Amino acid sequence: MKKYQGKGVYGAVAIGKISLFKKPDAAVKRIHVVDTDNEKTRFEQAKTLAVQQLQEIYEKALKEVGETNAAIFEIHQMMLDDDDYNDSINNIIDSQSVNAEYAVAVTADNFADMFSAMDDAYMKARAADVRDISNRLINNLSGNALIETGSDEKVIICASDLAPSETVALDKDKVLAFVTAHGSSNSHTAILARNMNIPAIIGAGDEFLNEIKDGGEAIVDGYTGEIFVDPDGETRTMLLEKQRADEEKKRLLQELKGKENITADGKKINVYANIGSVGDIGKVLANDAGGIGLFRSEFLYLENSDYPTEDQQFAAYKKVLESMAGKKVVIRTLDIGADKKCDYFNLKPEENPALGYRAIRICLTRPEVFKTQLRALYRASAFGNLGIMFPMITSVSELEKILAICDEVKAELKEQGVEFSDKVELGIMIETPAAAVISDKLAPMVDFFSVGTNDLTQYTLACDRQNPDIEQFVDTHHEAVLRLIEMSAENAHKHGAWIGICGELAADTTLTETFLRMGIDELSVSPTFVLKVRGAVRSIDLSK
Amino acid sequence: MVSKKVTVVNEQGMHMRPAGELAKAVKAHPDCEVTLNANGKTVKAKAPMQIMSACMKKGCEVEIVCDGADEQAVLDEIAGMFESGFGE
Repeated sequence: MKKYQGKGVYGAVAIGKISLFKKPDAAVKRIHVVDTDNEKTRFEQAKTLAVQQLQEIYEKALKEVGETNAAIFEIHQMMLDDDDYNDSINNIIDSQSVNAEYAVAVTADNFADMFSAMDDAYMKARAADVRDISNRLINNLSGNALIETGSDEKVIICASDLAPSETVALDKDKVLAFVTAHGSSNSHTAILARNMNIPAIIGAGDEFLNEIKDGGEAIVDGYTGEIFVDPDGETRTMLLEKQRADEEKKRLLQELKGKENITADGKKINVYANIGSVGDIGKVLANDAGGIGLFRSEFLYLENSDYPTEDQQFAAYKKVLESMAGKKVVIRTLDIGADKKCDYFNLKPEENPALGYRAIRICLTRPEVFKTQLRALYRASAFGNLGIMFPMITSVSELEKILAICDEVKAELKEQGVEFSDKVELGIMIETPAAAVISDKLAPMVDFFSVGTNDLTQYTLACDRQNPDIEQFVDTHHEAVLRLIEMSAENAHKHGAWIGICGELAADTTLTETFLRMGIDELSVSPTFVLKVRGAVRSIDLSK
Repeated sequence: MVSKKVTVVNEQGMHMRPAGELAKAVKAHPDCEVTLNANGKTVKAKAPMQIMSACMKKGCEVEIVCDGADEQAVLDEIAGMFESGFGE
């Protein structure tokens, strides 16, 4: 048995086999080969596997995002079957006596260039599809198994680090736990792990990564951040007992379902859920959340290989609103940038992405992208109780511009006779110190505030949330952050707005009483924390 | 050999989905070669990427040429697909 220590980001215990997730090596080498027939066979095998993989993704997408959005994966399968594409690869293998990987890479470049050179924005963007299918082939050829193709057995995913987009692509039903050698507990990857309800450990170190073997047995304890590889009998018994106790506790929490979020002295607050995709609604309902306090709409963008259309977005928003049957649903507009990257946005690399071109800054400089989303949101508003929330606000003038664009969109829809609700609430994220400091000026302009504690902490303490080396300097209960929240709450109430917290801190039950005393009206947490927060609220007596 | 001229009615032109549908339909008739003449280019209709390479936008005139087994039936089927906008 060998023990490794990382930092647990979601408390639960898992036992199972290790699956090493290696990032595909981007560079393809040109290798001279003698047996070209063998290369062609390898290519055919990689292609057959790719078609299977895409079929699996297609079926998954069909369930999660519907037929229209899933169709792309069916077309990718057809592209793999394209005669020209196949002929080109086989010709290059034959004529140049080279390895299949190289032939695929060259063909991908040629086809991508052909599309890029076309006089049509849509066709130009297809270059990305060619690269996507080609990379899949190259990964299959070089044995870089993608996570989604794992066996049916649930595994413990171990990786150097996982990007948010890679985490999204994981099949939640096949993952027992995550362990990454690097990463920080405030990264979106960690947030996603919490949301998926599975034990997750970050920062297990390079030694861990270098020593573990694919298929080896391990126990992951997300409470302590410990990983036991090839556990001995005693450890195994102890952790199995811990797993059992944990499940018992979760069962007790289930008993809080259907109860009100009310303090012992009778103050009611709203406990809502944060979600990242339409597929999370099941968890929201299962955990009895009173609404959705944060729907991160960027996942519609991250999961797509091109800008999601107005209709695609409308369908997703409508589905969430309808499923929540009149309960409040707050959808946050696009928050791309910083650690959430999307190829087709063509964002330049930045020295300081967290302080850079992201979120509302992209929306205000690319109004066509913003307006498409707003149109979809307003159209969906006819189907439920919608709140629209804008991220990364720092000034009154930004908010004035946003509100003007909203008015424009509403006027257009009215003129076109498209139905929308006139009760849509508009709000902003309080996630920059600037917004908190001028919250007295922002509050009269909106219906609500929602405090994004992760970014607010990062910006207030000048601590990069992606940098694990400075994690020891991040005091998540720092007085400066709490004072900014209190200040925002006072100003919101002075001007008739309500205020919620949707960052990770909302689920920190050691602060629930502090927040209630500040007058926070709503706490929005991962669906799995809704009942825990309810339990905390019910145990508090504000009269004491 | 038979041929017929049709017009692209799809809003976004012959984008991925219709190109994929067309290629799928053509591949179902392996003994009949189907080519498209559009924008001064001739492309084989059984390869979606080649179809897209002709960059057929909405309103573009396309000549469908079928040569081989059941050519008239295949031509009617393909022409029908263009006219109905590939079910969009």
